[in-house]
Amino acid sequence: MEKYRIDQSKGMEFGLYTLGDHIPNPLTGERISTEQRIHEIIELAKLAEQAGVDFFSVGESHQEYFTTQAHAVVLSAIAQATEKIKIASSSTIISTSDPVRVFENFATIDLISKGRAEIVAGRASRVGLFDLLGYDIRDYEELFEEKFDLLMQISEKEEVNWSGQFRAPLKDAKVIPRPLTGSMPIWRAVGGSPASARKAGNAGVPMFLAHLGGPATVFKRSIDAYRAAAKSSGFDPSELPISTAGFFYAADTTQQAQRETYPFINEGMKLTNGQGFPKQHFAQGADPHDVMNIGSPQQIIEKILYQHELFGHQRFIGQMDFGGVPFDKLMKNIELIGTEILPAIKKYTKGK
Amino acid sequence: MKIVGISGSKVGSKTRTAMNYTVKSINENYPEADVTLIDLADYDVQFSDGRNYLDYEGDTGFVTKAVMEADAIIIGTPIFQASIPATLKNIFDLLPVDAFRDKVISMLVTAGSQKHYLIAEQQLKPILSYMKAQIVQTFVFIEEKDLHRKEISNDDVLFRIDRLIENTIVLTKTFKEIRESKEAEYGF
Repeated sequence: MEKYRIDQSKGMEFGLYTLGDHIPNPLTGERISTEQRIHEIIELAKLAEQAGVDFFSVGESHQEYFTTQAHAVVLSAIAQATEKIKIASSSTIISTSDPVRVFENFATIDLISKGRAEIVAGRASRVGLFDLLGYDIRDYEELFEEKFDLLMQISEKEEVNWSGQFRAPLKDAKVIPRPLTGSMPIWRAVGGSPASARKAGNAGVPMFLAHLGGPATVFKRSIDAYRAAAKSSGFDPSELPISTAGFFYAADTTQQAQRETYPFINEGMKLTNGQGFPKQHFAQGADPHDVMNIGSPQQIIEKILYQHELFGHQRFIGQMDFGGVPFDKLMKNIELIGTEILPAIKKYTKGK
Repeated sequence: MKIVGISGSKVGSKTRTAMNYTVKSINENYPEADVTLIDLADYDVQFSDGRNYLDYEGDTGFVTKAVMEADAIIIGTPIFQASIPATLKNIFDLLPVDAFRDKVISMLVTAGSQKHYLIAEQQLKPILSYMKAQIVQTFVFIEEKDLHRKEISNDDVLFRIDRLIENTIVLTKTFKEIRESKEAEYGF
């Protein structure tokens, strides 16, 4: 785990992530400026660090209603504004990027942040960026596999010799700068299905598992598949960290948390995916065995600890600004995280 | 209430004839309903390539968005080679897995042979159920002999279509009321 900068004796890591959502507030119909949204994201990272949160990440989405397409640039500003919080992408769409440039950017962020940067490489759920950036959607799988593989080679070797289908060959290429300690963690983003988790396991790379809602036991299948695949490919699963990523929202009571976050999730889903979030499913999300971490601080603590016992994962990161929840509400969440949720999670997971 | 009627094939005129009557009857008897007829013969819809329905442009984007915005859908389809036409199946393939959640869907089938009676039951209904539709269980089955020169010549077919429309509208209203009263209880 040391290779991935994870010290399990300190307990499970807790992080926050954003996709830079930017929709009109469903309650007022008003939309803040892009400038304000980006500054609030940088500010949120600072507040998260002050509250003791371990990790903060920003994702790229190239469609309407998002602001952080240039997520590496935003992360660079966060690197400058913070001192100890880990920072990463969630995720970098490696399929439509040049792995050389991605590595250069994130190695630079690692140097700016003095060794705090990580890459989470994914393949996009919406595919408009394939047209925007000049790729063919029919190469969806192969683009990801080839480019992820190249990214790993660049990370592992100072000098790369490589040739592939989607990029000019590299001959004795030195990709610089190098990260502070020579390497930085690179994770593979997995959308939830065991088949995709198995591929991450086969490659022997850390897994970021996204989950929206549903019983935690369903996601356990992907985690088991990942570890089994890693083992059968000759890797030691106990050396490979797993992070989960999903909804998070805390308020004084569970009802209040649901009331405050539902309109944003429902409206955000409608605008960015074309379908709202069914109320019936959202109501079930309050069940202790559902993976959605939305509720009172006590309920969230119990859910995260239950998930930790089930998954044995090293990190959970929460998305609490889905649909662009206003900043004052995010600050309140950070307060509840810092004073109640984080101390309890650390207390019960450390020293294991 | 938004109702979309789909005429599911580019071939022939029987399904379109039946759908024309359906739309006319809705307009006459339910002026508050907002009904749109989409005859797939009039649109150049591309095959599904797996993208989100919002990412399609042109005719494909128009058709997918119209279907997704509907409260109720009346599907008219002929039967080809003992199945639904590929044009209609493609519409389903273009949409998300649970595209028909909270929508009521009814069916009207035109066929050249009585042997095709169970095709809607055995092939169309399972697709609609999988996509989470509330299905109007009884469908209207129309044969060659019920039509004459692009008009429905059998009064019984007209009566059955009118009942199909009434059932579709009543069920759409009812499910909406039930859903809204249940959702009000959740308190968020």
